[in-house]
Amino acid sequence: MSEPKEFSTGLTVRDVAVARGGRTILEGASFDLAPGAALFVKGANGSGKTTLLRALAGLAPIETGEAHLTPEGSSPAARRAAIVYCGHANAVKAAVSGRANLAFWATLYGAPKDRTEAAIEAFDLAAFVDAPAGALSQGQRRRLALSRLILSAKPLWLLDEPSAAIDAASAARLSAVIAAHRARGGAVMVATHDGMEIDGARTLTVHARAA
Amino acid sequence: MNGFLAIISRDVALGFKAGGGTVQTALFFALTALVFAIAVGPDTALLSRIAAPTLWAAALLSALVSLDRIFQADFEDGSLDVIVETADLLEGRVLAKAIAHWIAACLPLILATPVLALLLSLPAQGYWPLVLSLLVGTPALSFIGAISAAVTLSLRRAGVLIAILTAPLYAPALIFGVAAANAGASGAPNFIPSLLFLGAGTLFSMILAPLAGAAAIRFNMS
Repeated sequence: MSEPKEFSTGLTVRDVAVARGGRTILEGASFDLAPGAALFVKGANGSGKTTLLRALAGLAPIETGEAHLTPEGSSPAARRAAIVYCGHANAVKAAVSGRANLAFWATLYGAPKDRTEAAIEAFDLAAFVDAPAGALSQGQRRRLALSRLILSAKPLWLLDEPSAAIDAASAARLSAVIAAHRARGGAVMVATHDGMEIDGARTLTVHARAA
Repeated sequence: MNGFLAIISRDVALGFKAGGGTVQTALFFALTALVFAIAVGPDTALLSRIAAPTLWAAALLSALVSLDRIFQADFEDGSLDVIVETADLLEGRVLAKAIAHWIAACLPLILATPVLALLLSLPAQGYWPLVLSLLVGTPALSFIGAISAAVTLSLRRAGVLIAILTAPLYAPALIFGVAAANAGASGAPNFIPSLLFLGAGTLFSMILAPLAGAAAIRFNMS
């Protein structure tokens, strides 16, 4: 296919080390994430998967090494602009409705109204989006949080245990959303323990640095 | 609506929800003033002399107990990640959070002040100077408090620590605020000089808080 895709941003990581609580826990991480690619990050508890994703997303410092966006940009601010990070914490405020949470994120991401509707559609939120978020189940909050991926409209998605707490049907939706994102030239990086499957995904295995 | 206004309106809305803390802070303010009134007893002359300092001290304590709400909840539930990720300028986000704290925590206190001043027999000419001094001075409490809240971000249950760290920094605002309010209450012709010093402190803290707060957040998120 020669037609240009919506996204053309990739990520090149060379020899990156990250620290948690002042101790270097992971070093020597190197990989390329091309537009449209998918990469699993696997490793034991405490091996630094979350810290690596947060550092690449520009939310924590990279100790040594380099993380370049392709075609250009390597500063944390440039990475924050191109990468959406969806972590363990859902960032959902329990005191207000799901729709109010979505509206807040949509404003922060500068998302137009139809993108909010697309996000509700993509993760099938319509049935509970108007209920107070405090009344939602863990899985429903998770789906609400995942809708930020759509709202952000960013090329690179960094997901930390995205399928935790969600049911099989929702996991299938997530896979479909990821496939659609990759078809548009977006890339995803997923840290996971469970058997989530993505076509053509490579795997990066990380090990905790010997103490 | 841009991110700055979205953060202010969200934080203020959350403050007024159940568990948001606005009502608790206002009640704490009233309670502190009442405790003073009860402790002093029925000596109206003494009460009317200490009414303005008491209300200023109560406002300061109420601000202190509400500071851990500025960033802590957002840090724990992951919202701060989204706020940082989408920030063109983190300093602006910190300013928005501090302004939201002032609206949700301090403004209700100022609105309640005339009622409590009545209870404490504040002289009639002292109302306007007291309210004015609180309007000019309490934003400094929110701005300075935002720095402390950002510094203690990664510590759990940091409420008391924040209060200990912040109380000394509140001293200038308290001194000039009470000076302005007292001058007004005693019928002194001019309480403006103290008010100007108070305003200068507020403006200074408004510049300092976004810079220091954003630096502290960046440090704490590493």
